[in-house]
Amino acid sequence: MSDNILEMRHITKTFPGVRALNDVNFEVRRGEIHCLVGENGAGKSTLMKVLSGVYPHSEFEGEIILNGKKVEFKNIHDSEDAGIGIIYQELALVPDMTVYENIMLGHEITRGMTIDVQEMIKRSTELLKRVRLSINPTSKVKDLGIGKRQLVEIAKALSRNVQLLILDEPTAALNEDDCQNLLEILRELKTQGVTSIMISHKLKEVLSIADTITVLRDGQTICTLDRQKDVVNEQVLIKHMVGRSIENIYPPKKSKPFKDVILEVKNWNAIDLKTGRKVLNNVNFKVYKGEVVGLSGLVGSGRTELARSLFGNPDGYQVSGDIIFKGKKQRFGHPRDAIRAGLAYATEDRKGNGLVLIKSIQENISLANLQKVSRNGVINEELDKQTAMNFVDSLSIKTPGIHQLVMNLSGGNQQKVSVAKWLFVEPDVLIFDEPTRGIDVGAKYEIYTIINDLVSKGMSIVMISSELPEILGMSDRIYVVANGTITGELDGKSATQEVIMQLATQY
Amino acid sequence: MSELGTLLKKNVREYGMYIALAVIMAVFTILSHGVFLSSRNIVNLLNQTGYMAVLAVGMTLVIVIRHIDLSVGFLSGFLGAIAAVALTQWNWSVGVTIVFVMGLGIVAGLLTALPVASLGVPAFVASLAGWLIYRGALMLVTASTGTIIVPNEAFNALGNGYVPDIFASDMFLPGLHKTTLVIGLIAIIIYIISQILDRRRKMQYKFEVLSSGLFVAQLIFVSVILGFITWILAGYNGLSWTIVIMLGVVLIYNFVTQRTVLGRHIYAVGGNPEAAELSGINVKKITMIVFASSGLMAAVSGILFTARLKSATPQAGQLGEMDAIAAAYIGGVSAAGGVGSVMGSLIGAIVYMSLMNGMNLLGTDISLQYIIRGLVLLVAVIFDVTTRKRAA
Repeated sequence: MSDNILEMRHITKTFPGVRALNDVNFEVRRGEIHCLVGENGAGKSTLMKVLSGVYPHSEFEGEIILNGKKVEFKNIHDSEDAGIGIIYQELALVPDMTVYENIMLGHEITRGMTIDVQEMIKRSTELLKRVRLSINPTSKVKDLGIGKRQLVEIAKALSRNVQLLILDEPTAALNEDDCQNLLEILRELKTQGVTSIMISHKLKEVLSIADTITVLRDGQTICTLDRQKDVVNEQVLIKHMVGRSIENIYPPKKSKPFKDVILEVKNWNAIDLKTGRKVLNNVNFKVYKGEVVGLSGLVGSGRTELARSLFGNPDGYQVSGDIIFKGKKQRFGHPRDAIRAGLAYATEDRKGNGLVLIKSIQENISLANLQKVSRNGVINEELDKQTAMNFVDSLSIKTPGIHQLVMNLSGGNQQKVSVAKWLFVEPDVLIFDEPTRGIDVGAKYEIYTIINDLVSKGMSIVMISSELPEILGMSDRIYVVANGTITGELDGKSATQEVIMQLATQY
Repeated sequence: MSELGTLLKKNVREYGMYIALAVIMAVFTILSHGVFLSSRNIVNLLNQTGYMAVLAVGMTLVIVIRHIDLSVGFLSGFLGAIAAVALTQWNWSVGVTIVFVMGLGIVAGLLTALPVASLGVPAFVASLAGWLIYRGALMLVTASTGTIIVPNEAFNALGNGYVPDIFASDMFLPGLHKTTLVIGLIAIIIYIISQILDRRRKMQYKFEVLSSGLFVAQLIFVSVILGFITWILAGYNGLSWTIVIMLGVVLIYNFVTQRTVLGRHIYAVGGNPEAAELSGINVKKITMIVFASSGLMAAVSGILFTARLKSATPQAGQLGEMDAIAAAYIGGVSAAGGVGSVMGSLIGAIVYMSLMNGMNLLGTDISLQYIIRGLVLLVAVIFDVTTRKRAA
């Protein structure tokens, strides 16, 4: 007789142009630790956001049954009241407030009109004991390491009498000891009757803790494995996670031998001075002229940090090592220097830091290379417009006109504007971070065609992507990044998803 | 008509401001039995607007890049006092004094920008420090003498003088300032020619243009307005130097913001600083330039104010920054960054000053004046936010 604390039935959630979840069914038994695994973009986080009310009931199809009753959450508060606690990758603590203030935030204990500090500290101390954290509740959160903050976050969830605890990649940023400690606490909470759902990429840790494992892929439930009944090991999980054949969604390309190295990075290190964390550790790789190099790896592995540290280092990392670009040793102090030298970087977050959304297509396309359409600092308006119109034509950007604001375009067309902007600077190497994130299949194909076209003309493209089929379908060579370093170099033709996954989950 | 309709709908924010100005002016003209729209009063109104409009122009770009500059009010007062001291105590020539004071303004702007750009100090705090410092500096400069009287006529003409009438004649159109008429006529001709050339060039490149009927209507409409303004100005003493300087500043800034690489970069930094940085734009440098321009405008404003009062007072420039901020917001600048035009801020300044001028004419109590100005500011910003939301 199964006693399910949670059943999610036929959940479908679409974003403009993308079906993130497609008829997903998900069941969790009372008192178990249930792990949710899958590739990036498989829909794990979206499913948890549906569950916790981040996406209100009106924005998805399907039903949620909690403790045998149908629930309809309008927001996170509703799900909290129902006993669901969610802990995100980015922690939601206020660094400048104390531990006890954070734990009781939003649920302060009062005596009459005033806050009862003594009672709050007493309650917090009990909660901290439950997560085996021996710290002073009056110390500030910012003075704690990331591992301890995670535990404070859990204590905060416990303070709300949580029955179902959701952890979204809780160990991604933790070191080995903190990981083990966290897993131990989850086991202990299990004995106290707390059910946990954990999203994780680290398969070893999943295997060490899970009672049940559900695999999601492309927004669908692939299987739910019971540790007591089914044979479960890393190979089985990886097969389920990636188990799709690469369909014919990649345009054919002519492969030719590559001779000239255009970019070589040697012993490249980067330290984030704000946190003191070493984000890149002894990275070595090279790019040939006319080649598509795939940089694969999980989110947070250091792929984007690597790209940005090479591209003028806007984050101000302390870097060391050599960049040999076009036969010369070079260092770029500002993105401007990199652009002038012929290295461009199209960001993964086109809305956040790629495009100026409130400006027109025309203004965005020429932004990185206004010198080319101006003389003595005065812009030649006609030339500027002509440039934009040419790109709108050649990349088939669907828009009523070049004066259209970029924020009114679809994701795929925004991405094309971003491509146009970087083509206009005529780089030798374009680092393309998540070129097809959040755009539909048709637009993806167009972006792939553009990439192949560019390399056939001699440009080199470094493609960062979380999607394994895309990496395999497009790359001539592949580097796998994990934990801030390169864990393997593979040939584009012979590589398989399984091999990449293994290298990417190597810690 | 549908073309006109879409044109209106597209630019509702911009046209709304002009309509608001027209309504305000009409209301005051009726209430004051025509005095408001008399040549004398309009010239006076524009002269009053001058020092505030240039501050608003500088402030506009600061707000466009998501900052604020509270120091400009007392900075303009302080720099105006320095000009007075240079003229009266150091016996410098007018030219040298003006160049020196404008240089000081640029330096002051750069000093405000330095902690903002290099250390990330909030501009509110950095410029608040400037507000305190320049207030003290102004008191210091005027401490020994109190108000400094400036007897220099050439200098005072900047605030009170008029462009001389080289075509003066008692026979032809007596009582009108002929030079102003000629300048107005030239301006209308330049406007029409440039519009026609622009349209032709656009058609050459096969860009979309207005239909010829609407285009001619637009030419006539704007020409009539320009002609009307010219006529009113010519009816009194003609163009004042203050108006010339104000228009000059606005035209230069309009050109820089609309047509140059620097202008594009400023708006890109305001629209999305991170994207701008990753596009190779030096955000720190842009920040320094924009604050330097704000300081420069404070200097111009200080010169105009001192010349207008023919003296430097210890209270000069007080609340100037607040008036400039209000004018910029009425003119459609957005605190979210990247939006707002210099032309808009000029209109905003004229709207703001029309309210003060009109209410003074009607003898409205000063306390009520502040309340009404506050309400108008609020309405303008609410209008701005709602039209922008609908457009998005």
